[in-house]
Amino acid sequence: MTNHYIPQLSTIKEVIKHTDLEYTFRMEFHGEAKPGQFFEVSIPKYGEAPISVSGIGDGTVDFTIRRVGKVTNEIFENYVGDKFFIRGPYGNGFDIENYKGKELVVVAGGTGLSPVRGVVDYFAHHTDEAVSTTVIAGFKSPKDVLFKDDFKFWNEHINVIQTVDTAPEDYEGPKGMVTKYIPDLKFENIENTAFICVGPPVMIKFTVMEILKLGVPEKNIWISNERKMCCGLGKCGHCKIGSTYICLDGPVFNYVDGKELID
Amino acid sequence: MGYQLSKTKADGIFQQWAKKYDIFAPVVMEGEGCFSDTDIIRYVKVNSLDEIEWNKKSDYSFKEVLLAINETLFYFTEDQTTVPKGPEKDILIFLRSCDLHAVKRLDEIYLKNGFEDFYYARVRERAKFILMGCENTCASGFCVSMGTNQSDNYDAYVKVDHDTVYMDVKCSELNEEICAEAMHTEEIMVADVTPDFVTENKEKVTLPKNLSNDSFTNEIWQEYGARCIKCGRCNFVCPTCTCFTMQDIFYRDNEKVGERRRVWASCQIDGYTEMAGGHGFRKSQGDRMRFKVMHKIYDFEKRFGYPMCVGCGRCDDVCPEYISYSNCVNRLAKEESES
Repeated sequence: MTNHYIPQLSTIKEVIKHTDLEYTFRMEFHGEAKPGQFFEVSIPKYGEAPISVSGIGDGTVDFTIRRVGKVTNEIFENYVGDKFFIRGPYGNGFDIENYKGKELVVVAGGTGLSPVRGVVDYFAHHTDEAVSTTVIAGFKSPKDVLFKDDFKFWNEHINVIQTVDTAPEDYEGPKGMVTKYIPDLKFENIENTAFICVGPPVMIKFTVMEILKLGVPEKNIWISNERKMCCGLGKCGHCKIGSTYICLDGPVFNYVDGKELID
Repeated sequence: MGYQLSKTKADGIFQQWAKKYDIFAPVVMEGEGCFSDTDIIRYVKVNSLDEIEWNKKSDYSFKEVLLAINETLFYFTEDQTTVPKGPEKDILIFLRSCDLHAVKRLDEIYLKNGFEDFYYARVRERAKFILMGCENTCASGFCVSMGTNQSDNYDAYVKVDHDTVYMDVKCSELNEEICAEAMHTEEIMVADVTPDFVTENKEKVTLPKNLSNDSFTNEIWQEYGARCIKCGRCNFVCPTCTCFTMQDIFYRDNEKVGERRRVWASCQIDGYTEMAGGHGFRKSQGDRMRFKVMHKIYDFEKRFGYPMCVGCGRCDDVCPEYISYSNCVNRLAKEESES
């Protein structure tokens, strides 16, 4: 009988610093993982936190971690040359097949870009597999921008709108919420679109409202939910909404099902 | 196989069982109740039939035998984890029909929903269940309404009636001791034994049939929520509540060594949904009441095909604000029939 609660010790291979609060930790991991899935990352005595996969490499998996709580604080303080415990991956993740041959739009807010980064990166490297790919990524301010190196590459291969909520007056890039850029999107065939929306609950709510206004069918929209999860295994109950366990049935949902998930 | 035997012989058989099994049963703990000079009935390890409380319903259910209130998942040093040993002996649990039905709900979550739980499974596979009959209904239970008043999937049934004991033993291992003893005495007779069960409760509950997301706006939730003091007792006495929270602790004399534990959690208490950074869901007690009630009579059924609640009535007994879950469910059903 497998004991799923036992984490594996994993070496930190690389640390990529995006901002003062957000680093990507490239961890040793041998196995299958998909964008949108998550691991329970832990340091003994500080506890576990569910962190989504922000990248998958050869023998590695990336976690883009925002310093917000007990576990992540400790991760930031004591990572140098060190190891963490990880267990996973859990959850369904994004299925790339759903977006092939579509006019794909990914809307992400802040660290919400992490779970969907793998999808964006896939289509930036395989531009012929989608009709078009657009990323609308919103950050609080210019200094909060994540994955700057990725954006350089994405800018050359796909449509990128990288916006910030607030910026100094001389800031030349796009400003305002991600929702501001949705009404201007143009499509060849609205029925053949695919939208992915990841971010804080409020951002998802208003973004989906804007997307629906375009006449996009609900079934063309995917969202990813974030919840407290102590086990990732369908046991602890914290992530349950209605009859749905986010850790088992999600965290990625087609909006047709996702809209029924009301806390 | 059914038996009628003397109390003395039954005690002897109990002692034989106790050699092979750790036996857990409801026991009156005098003066240990919540208020001064009150008793409480809880599950503990017992060594004789006389220790068992046969008449009154236990305040807390059997579930802490299978699912410890706080359970060490593993001990850790800086880079190693060690899993504590499982139970050394097989386990016998004395329980009533409503609670035996609750075992099915615990199994559903811990063995079937997603991954199999290592810790639950290793206790569960060593557990056998001894049914205690209910001659009379308890005051708050509504097992008849929930269809949990009768069980036939017990390993044995035991009834003590003064100096006579009746048993119906289905488990061949438990039967061995009785057969061995019966060879030497006439005080053990084969008999037809049917477990006592109630056919009517004082409390009757009708489940609403048309709950949905639309029920979220019902004012009833906020009404109950206004009275709730978020103590979480309803969750802890419930034989079907299964939630837990992870907790890491470390030892004061060596901070590099510690344990990861899981501890019972309550969906009624602050922090249940709170994520790092402070964002949480269901902030009002009304929303939490709705979450709990809908889980027990709607959400669980939607996922697994039968209601979670077994109608033991313990949540009504324990609530310090006299919030009656059964009354709430009845009101929902009544509103439906009137609309």
